[in-house]
Formats: sequence, C-alpha cells, structure tokens
Amino acid sequence: MSGIQPTVAGEGLPPDTIWDENLSWFDALPRAVSMFGLLVVFLGLWQLVTGLGLVSPIILPSPWRTAQDLVFVGQSLLSGNYMLAAFWITAQEVIFGFVLAVGIGVALGILVGETTFGERAVMPYIVAIDTMPKLAFAPLFVAWMGFGIASKVALAAFISIFPVVVGTAAGLHAADPNARMLFKSIGASRWQTLIKLKIPTGLPQFFTGVKIASISVVAGAIAGEFLGGGRGFGELIRVAASQLDTPRVFSLIIYLSLLGLMTFGTVVWIQKRFVFWHRDSNLQDSHK
Amino acid sequence: MSVVSNLKAPAGHVARPVFQLRGVSKSFARRNVQALDKVDLTLEQGQFASVIGASGCGKSTLLKIMAGLTPPSSGSVMLSGKPVLGPRRDIGMMFQQATLFPWRTTLENIVLPIEIQDGKKAALAVHDRAHALLDLVGLRGFDKVYPSELSGGMAQRAAMCRMLIAEPDVLLLDEPFSALDEISRDFMNMELQRICLERNATAFLVTHSIPEAVILSDVVYVMSPRPGRFVEAVQIDLPRPRTLDMLSDPLFGRYTKQIRGRLDKGAFI
Ligand SMILES: Nc1ncnc2c1ncn2[C@@H]1O[C@H](COP(=O)(O)OP(=O)(O)OP(=O)(O)O)[C@@H](O)[C@H]1O
Ligand SMILES: [Mg+2]
Repeated sequence: MSGIQPTVAGEGLPPDTIWDENLSWFDALPRAVSMFGLLVVFLGLWQLVTGLGLVSPIILPSPWRTAQDLVFVGQSLLSGNYMLAAFWITAQEVIFGFVLAVGIGVALGILVGETTFGERAVMPYIVAIDTMPKLAFAPLFVAWMGFGIASKVALAAFISIFPVVVGTAAGLHAADPNARMLFKSIGASRWQTLIKLKIPTGLPQFFTGVKIASISVVAGAIAGEFLGGGRGFGELIRVAASQLDTPRVFSLIIYLSLLGLMTFGTVVWIQKRFVFWHRDSNLQDSHK
Repeated sequence: MSVVSNLKAPAGHVARPVFQLRGVSKSFARRNVQALDKVDLTLEQGQFASVIGASGCGKSTLLKIMAGLTPPSSGSVMLSGKPVLGPRRDIGMMFQQATLFPWRTTLENIVLPIEIQDGKKAALAVHDRAHALLDLVGLRGFDKVYPSELSGGMAQRAAMCRMLIAEPDVLLLDEPFSALDEISRDFMNMELQRICLERNATAFLVTHSIPEAVILSDVVYVMSPRPGRFVEAVQIDLPRPRTLDMLSDPLFGRYTKQIRGRLDKGAFI
C-alpha cells in the first residue's frame, strides 16, 4: 500500500492543459448582438428590395415608411383616439375569450381526464369538433350573438379552448403508477389524489396548453372581427387593407402582436410562480 | 440490543402472528396469467422475512395484496387478526423508486401520509418526529430542501422517513434499495435492520439480491414463477444484530449457496 504516491504537479508534467472549445464565431456572439445583427440584415434586405423598386410600394412599403406609420399609430394610441378605443375592444375580446377558454377548458379537461365517462363519451366529441375548421363557425356565432363583442369573444374562446382541454386531461394522466400506488397505500381518497397528486403533476402540461391558447385567442378575436364586422383592431386592418394602406396594415399587426405577447407573457409569469420545480424550455430561459 | 436479540432468538418462544396469508391466489384474467398460486405465509411480530425469485414471478403482486392495494382472487389475508380489505395505516410501504414530489420540501414529503390521513394540523404536529427521523437516517439539515437537490440515496432515505412517519408495525418493502449503488445499499440495509430492531417492527422485503436477503432476514422465501409459489423457506440462523462482517462468514456463504441452488432449479421449471 505504501507504494502509492499522490501525484505531484510540476515535476515533469506539462503546465495546465487548458484548451479552447471551438465555437464558430457566429455561435459565440452574445445573444443581443446576434439578434440585432439579424434584424439589421433583415431590414437591409427589405430596404434593398423596396429601394430598387423591385416591388410596388402598395405590395411592400419601405421599412422607413412602415416605421413612420408605426410611430403615427403609436402616437394615436397614446393620444387616446379611435385607435385606442379599437385596441381596447380587441383587448377585451382577447381577455374575455381567454378567461372563458381556460375556465371551460379546465372543467372539460377534468371531466375527460378524471372520469371514465368523460374519457369514453366526451373525448371523442371533443376530438371530432377539434378537427372541424373552426373559423367556419364564425357566421353562426354572429347569428346567435349579433355583431357586438360577444360573438368575437365566443369565437376566440372556441378556437383556443382545445389545447386547454387536452393539456388539462393529459396533465391529469401524467402521474406515474408509482406515485398513484404511493397515494393509494397511504389511504388517499380520490379527491385528495386529484388535489395533491394529479393536479400538481399535471401543471406543466396544463400550462403548455394554456400557452398555446394564449396565442391563438388573438387570432380568434381578429378572425371574428374580419368575419363578423367588429369595431376593433381587426376592423382597422380590414379598412386599411381595402384602402391599400399597406404600411398601416403592418403597423397595426405589430401592435396586435404586443397583445399576444402580453397574454403569453402573463401565462409564463404565472407558470414560473406556480410550477417553480419544473424547468421549462420557453423563450425566456432557453439560452441562459 | 441484547434484549432485542434474545427476544428474536429463533427457537423456543411463542411469537404473536402479525400477518397471516392462507391460500392466496391471484390471476389476471385479462392476460390469463396466474401470478400467485395458493401462497401461505405467516409473519410473526418482529420477524424479518424476505422473498426472492425470478423477475415476474409475482413478488410485487404478493406485496400489493398484503398491503391491501389489490384484492386476491382467492384466499384470505389477515393483519393483526383483522382481514385486509384496503390500505391500512398500520402498514408502511417503500418501493424501488423514492417517488418524492418535487413541489414539496423533503419535510413536507415525509409528513405527507399524516397530512392525507389526519389533515394539515396533524401533519404540523409531527414535524418534530419528522426531524428526528431525518436525524436517524443522516439527513439532518435537509428538511427544507427540495427533492431535486437530493441524490438518489438521499431521496431513498427520505422515502424511508416517509414510510416510518406514521409509526407502522409492519413494513412492506419492494426492492427499496435496488436502484442504489452497493455502498449506500449496504449502509441502508444496516439502517433498516437497526430501525426494525429498535421498534420491534415486522418486515417483509422483496429483493433480487441473495446476500441482501440473507444478511437481513430471519427467513428467506424462495419463489418459483408461473404460477408464483413458495418452493422453500430458508431459516437464517445468524445472530442479531447482523453486521457487514458476516458477509464473509462461512455460514453466510452456505445460505447463499443453498438459495442460489434453489433459485436455479426453480427458475427453469
Ligand atoms: N395489473 C396487471 N395486469 C396483468 N398482469 C399483471 C399485472 N400485474 C402483474 N401482472 C403479471 O403478473 C406477473 C407477476 O408480476 P409481478 O409484478 O408481481 O412480478 P415481480 O415478481 O414483482 O417481478 P419483478 O421482480 O420484475 O418486479 C407477471 O407475469 C406480470 O406480467
Ligand atoms: Mg416487482
């Protein structure tokens, strides 16, 4: 045993063997730099295409023209004129539609995920309706609920409810057999198993469904306005497009995407507080 | 300790039967599998018994029936004189996976059985006991840590605390340490023995490891597959408390050889 000697550094050994991992230069760029660079390239190409007159400005306005309109729309929104009113209408449609989709979606998801009846009898209908072209229901909603905000809320909720149902039901099934057996062995009731095992286990799946819903709900509201004559941002887009005011269409769409980002961001924020134990790869922390 | 080992002397004492299984059979109609065939088993107070057998021979099924997690197809299961008709709180269970819940701290995981059975207040009241158990398994200071920060062995030790929190008289263990490395496994086995001796608890262990079965048990049941039945009960007459040194005892070697021979025969019928 005494023959074993600890290795001593310095005698006959080369110095620290530090070596570089070969990362190509554009992989090594900081995130902000690479994102900004990509934006510059994109705007440059856009400017090139429009500046050389390759396409008519009615089809694609120059970036500069679009930026000007972006500022104009931003100022109108801040000044609180009709644009803000329209934005507020669409925001209401999105928020109510989203709340409705989550509320009803969770109830249906629990019915499907927790009861055999729901799984056998309800789920097939949900799948069948999900495969239908849901936008085709828009005229029906207008006929039932009129041209006001209600029909848009209904369509937005209708379009975004399915990922919530599926996410909730899948989440309730996610608890593994060992965990179920453990709960059974300590005498947990069905209700306790649902509250203390299945729901916490299923939260990540549930939030995945809700995140998808939070994006598609905006599309639903706008489609509702296109098809059912609303007074929100969708209507402004429709009018701008009919007047061939393409820069306006672009800037309205960009402000609209802020709405989607807001709902999505809210969901991510809530998820981080409630599902602190689950590392999720969403946009925020994927490259940190 | 010596008092305990005297109590558990193999010959000439009348021990109270805790578990009594008579003619327990189980068949799974769906797959036409006869998992268990007329198993008889008596466990006495303070006894440590193991069952060893090929994969799929019905060990886990037997354990689930004893725990009241699944009913037998025929036969009777009595625990402390009462038939087992569902999960019982005088039974503690441990499985191959620790199955700690990531949204609960280690302490909250450990008091979960109390919280389920008696509510949040009662769970709060056993925090002291939970801390004592954490000390016992060498996890002092890890009470507020979430399971993702525990190693596999630490998680399994926390699972052991959870099993013990309701102070069960009977421990049913389904390969509890088989996912651990050999060093932690030996350590955990000795801990398990110490806990059982201290509380005079009755234990029934499912394992794939012959040395583990021999070092821990008063009796090792060898099980044969399809249909699952006991083909031999090997009494282990090594003194208590057992130590890891006994692994090199010639008597120990003879027991393992006997069981291995029995397994080889049984597995290929
Ligand atoms: N729920 C079930 N439905 C149908 N068959 C089952 C079910 N559970 C177990 N079996 C069958 O019963 C037999 C015994 O299974 P069991 O899990 O008890 O084996 P085991 O001895 O614990 O095996 P292992 O050592 O691999 O854990 C196997 O053939 C298995 O396929
Ligand atoms: Mg098993």
